[in-house]
Amino acid sequence: MTASEVRQVVIDIIADIAPDEDVTVIEDSKSLREQLDLDSMDFLDIVMELRKRHKVEVPQEDYPKLATLESCVSYLSPKMA
Amino acid sequence: MNYDCIVIGAGMSGLAAGIRLAMFDKKVVILEKHSIPGGLNSYYQRKNLDVGGVRHFDVGLHALTNFMKKGEKGKPFSKLLKQLRLSYDDFRLHPQTYSKIQFPDVSLKFSNDFALLESEVNSHFPKEMDNFLRLVETVRDFNELDLTLGYRSSRETLKQIIRDDLLTEMILCPLLIYGSAWEDDMDFAQFVIMFKSLYFEGFGRPEGGVRTIISLLMKKFEEAGGSIRFRTAVSEIKTNAKGEAIGVVASGEDLMAPIILSSIGYPETVKLTQKFPSQKVPRTGAMTFLESIFVYDQKIPLAVNDSTIVFYNNSRHYSYRPAANFFDSASAVICFPDNYETQKRIGEGTVRVTYMANYEQWKNLSRQDYELKKEVVGDSAFELVKKLAPDFQGKLVFKDIFSPLTIEKYTWHMNGTVYGSVDKTRDGTTPVPNLFIIGTDQGFLGIVGSILSGISMANLHGLMTGSEA
Repeated sequence: MTASEVRQVVIDIIADIAPDEDVTVIEDSKSLREQLDLDSMDFLDIVMELRKRHKVEVPQEDYPKLATLESCVSYLSPKMA
Repeated sequence: MNYDCIVIGAGMSGLAAGIRLAMFDKKVVILEKHSIPGGLNSYYQRKNLDVGGVRHFDVGLHALTNFMKKGEKGKPFSKLLKQLRLSYDDFRLHPQTYSKIQFPDVSLKFSNDFALLESEVNSHFPKEMDNFLRLVETVRDFNELDLTLGYRSSRETLKQIIRDDLLTEMILCPLLIYGSAWEDDMDFAQFVIMFKSLYFEGFGRPEGGVRTIISLLMKKFEEAGGSIRFRTAVSEIKTNAKGEAIGVVASGEDLMAPIILSSIGYPETVKLTQKFPSQKVPRTGAMTFLESIFVYDQKIPLAVNDSTIVFYNNSRHYSYRPAANFFDSASAVICFPDNYETQKRIGEGTVRVTYMANYEQWKNLSRQDYELKKEVVGDSAFELVKKLAPDFQGKLVFKDIFSPLTIEKYTWHMNGTVYGSVDKTRDGTTPVPNLFIIGTDQGFLGIVGSILSGISMANLHGLMTGSEA
């Protein structure tokens, strides 16, 4: 997957988790938590959806690497190559 | 049959837990003894003999607490929406007008705007205003979701903050009757949950009542691939030689699963479990209620009564305990559900009156005396409505009264308890490994609380631990 495809994967998941959020205005370098109403329960869901849809495992100690859209892409890209 | 998880009970928490598990491809079955879902927040219908058709009634739901406006963030209700992938609009929520706590010499109004309650306290208890604001700060800063908290008396805590006993009684009244399993007091963590959900956030009602919520949850659960069996009673929770829960016997059939989530109440769950350590058996709560439902040929005009819920008490002290004599007419909750949708004033009007009751006394009545006693309750409630809406000219066209025995019959909660056991298990665990409690006895309250209980327990015990499977 290309970086932009990985980015889209994460955005699709967020759009499903938080249907009332506008995902088109997310800034890549800013913390997702700050821009959207996401808490630890939601990060669990992002991880669960990555596993369910793309068979990608994210161990608990790596959760901080999902902090921004940018960091998601750089962390997930090798796993989804 | 083998499952990844068995959920006992198709109430709010059971359905929510089921959705979470099915959503992440767990093979899950919900077992429900009744023929319909909902549990303590269910519904029923009665024939309309005057014009044909049926009238629909909610059980339980006076109000959906934790009201929020569309787009608000970080609220219990917004967490629920995200976790279950539901949209705000699905609930078709209508906010309350306002509600009031009505004591003999003073009434306090509150609404979905907390500023109203603040200004009411300021005008009726000016000397207590600073203390009230301190209480608000304490509540705001308290982490009620900490699963490790033990019991702490709310009255003791309030005594250190509020000087005027009358204000303490008035603050406690709605919080106790909308959620406390304890008599005359409640756990402070539960006080905080209730304070936030009633006073900070407020009340709403989904259009169509509780059925709107139940059908949303049912649809979601089925779409996620979960299965549900009605009229299916669990007669036993099976354990292995190590004392771990391994499955259930449901309508005579063995169903096996490594995780069992029970929403039927803690003592009720224990009763089904083969090897439960006897010294840890939770106590059954004593609080149970009677409700009278009146249907009038018209809605009460807003000019006569525009409040949504009245928490009525006829003395300066609020007594929250089983009634001394069948029912306690000293206090009541009067719900005017028509005042959620204030723009719709045509059609029949409904009023619901809830009294505290005494299970033992109702249980011991003969069939005939039971019916007669229900009439006495109905008459008392009818007079109370007249007192609150004296100028209402509507004609009564239907009434129904349900008692602690009705609650016991349809929910199978021992002694007709509504808020469950006084022994909660906040992290959901029991002395039996793999058996977890969700719903009221896990300790979150109200419909939103029950749903969040199902969600968080399913996350904690069904998804996070067993995730390698």
